[in-house]
Amino acid sequence: MTRDAATGDAGRGHTGRNDAVPREAGRAGPGSRSVTVDVGTDRDFDVIVVGAGPAGSAAALAAARAGRSVALLERGPFPGSKNVYGGVVHGRVLDELVPSWWERLPVQRWVTRRSTMLMTPTQALTVDLRAEDWGRPPYNGATAHRADLDGWLAGLAEEAGAVLVTSTVATNLLRANGSVVGVRTDRPDGDLTAHVVIACDGVNSFLAKEAGLHQGDDPAHLTLGVKQTLALPKDVIDERFALRGRDGLDLEIIGCTGGIPGGGFLYTNLESVSIGVVLTLPGLARAGVRPEDLVADLKRHPAIAPLVAGGEVIEHSAHLIPEGGHRHLPELVGDGILVAGDAAGMCLAAGIWLEGINFAIGAGMYAGRAAAAAIDAGDVSRRGLAGYRTALERSFVLADHRKLRDVPGLVLSDRMQRAYPGLVCDFAQSVFQVDNPRPKPGMRRLLRRSARANGVRMRDLARDAWTGLRGFG
Amino acid sequence: MTGTPQYSERAFADVMSTVDFRVGQRPHITVDTEVCRSCTTKVCVHACPADLFVPTADGGILFNYEQCFECGTCYQVCDADGAITWTYPDGGNGVVFHTG
Repeated sequence: MTRDAATGDAGRGHTGRNDAVPREAGRAGPGSRSVTVDVGTDRDFDVIVVGAGPAGSAAALAAARAGRSVALLERGPFPGSKNVYGGVVHGRVLDELVPSWWERLPVQRWVTRRSTMLMTPTQALTVDLRAEDWGRPPYNGATAHRADLDGWLAGLAEEAGAVLVTSTVATNLLRANGSVVGVRTDRPDGDLTAHVVIACDGVNSFLAKEAGLHQGDDPAHLTLGVKQTLALPKDVIDERFALRGRDGLDLEIIGCTGGIPGGGFLYTNLESVSIGVVLTLPGLARAGVRPEDLVADLKRHPAIAPLVAGGEVIEHSAHLIPEGGHRHLPELVGDGILVAGDAAGMCLAAGIWLEGINFAIGAGMYAGRAAAAAIDAGDVSRRGLAGYRTALERSFVLADHRKLRDVPGLVLSDRMQRAYPGLVCDFAQSVFQVDNPRPKPGMRRLLRRSARANGVRMRDLARDAWTGLRGFG
Repeated sequence: MTGTPQYSERAFADVMSTVDFRVGQRPHITVDTEVCRSCTTKVCVHACPADLFVPTADGGILFNYEQCFECGTCYQVCDADGAITWTYPDGGNGVVFHTG
């Protein structure tokens, strides 16, 4: 089926009824409301997936491979065009979907250096892991641009038979007898019906909210990521970051956000680096600081400036990230609807682990399979689709989130953000500072001194260490 | 932060000029400046990562939708009901990220 046919067929089989709705209701936004329609038993597609990001393309791929007709809607002109992430994808989840995926994934660099940096304005302490294994099959993480990555994943779904329809916004859910039976799009005669709608419409997920699956908007669990891509020649990047060939660096930073809960990052692409900060919305709202000023501060930091010197900004970008973790997941299943990816708040922001694409792909895959199985069984009600939740709980998708449910709170806590980077840097500096002719002081004394200087009581330090150990399982 | 700047940060307008926007006819976000006049915090002004909310001399807000990242920060941080009417741009319009 061609793209034109996909939308040209739309609208048959039912009569739309525009109920009394506010003026923005025909658009996708916080004010969107469902549209009640009369439908028979025919549907335009078995499954409609909204959003051709990693979750959506994995869902479309899985449902198409299960023999179902699938429409994959994307509001941007091409998949990935509305999407921003830090920059690293962990592809292991693809083993199940794409054999030898690493030969086809549009990679910038394979991450062989994984660093975590704690910084104060004048100090930086880095833990730097280098793993040669990660630079060869079956690999671990890779940097990639979303336009390439998301386009590749959507292409896999198309190869499996899904119909990708770009430049098309799903503005409202279509409902019959309370169940979701399709979506209204912003194309002329653009209503599309399906047995199951899979909402992979991103962090703002107006469709999941419209379906009543979210408990309202809570900005407390959202962060704003602001990123710049800086062009640098490949040999300069290789030299500055001690890399060879396609090897790459993933550097995560704490203490670079001016006291706003969040963090920073620096990733190497082939001929550019991605640098940016992630800020909690309430923290940003309170601080009265502009996000790009924090990026500029990070680029000026003595530990970072030499790494990015001369890099020309080739793109500035920003996106919200759902970081609430397991405690703030929405309902994942409704009558005729499933939710996956950022739309379901599935980013894992658990301190040393910052992952999202893999969770989106995993959730999308299980959603696509659950939708196909429910259609086969002739029951697409909440109960008929419940296998989705079960599959997620049995897999890493919800197991990791459940296990690490206390970590996001700890990482974004005041002490972790404001006091610990300074405490750790001061402690390390005092350990290595030679104060002859005075003899070296004991470690415990240095730790107490560093804690005091940063306003941390030893018992709070002990308690946080215990919470951390327990939280990381 | 301290530290010696090793390069000069380009003006933000220059930074924003690196972003590809396919501007549609319809303003997908509108702001009711009357509501904004009674807002004391105006958090949107510094939180919007594209710097699109401009306070006016009479206490209102001027908003330009053309260089919007469509991130959602503004409606999430806004305290006032009805101040911001937020929708996605029509299909194919709006921001187009290439290295996102």
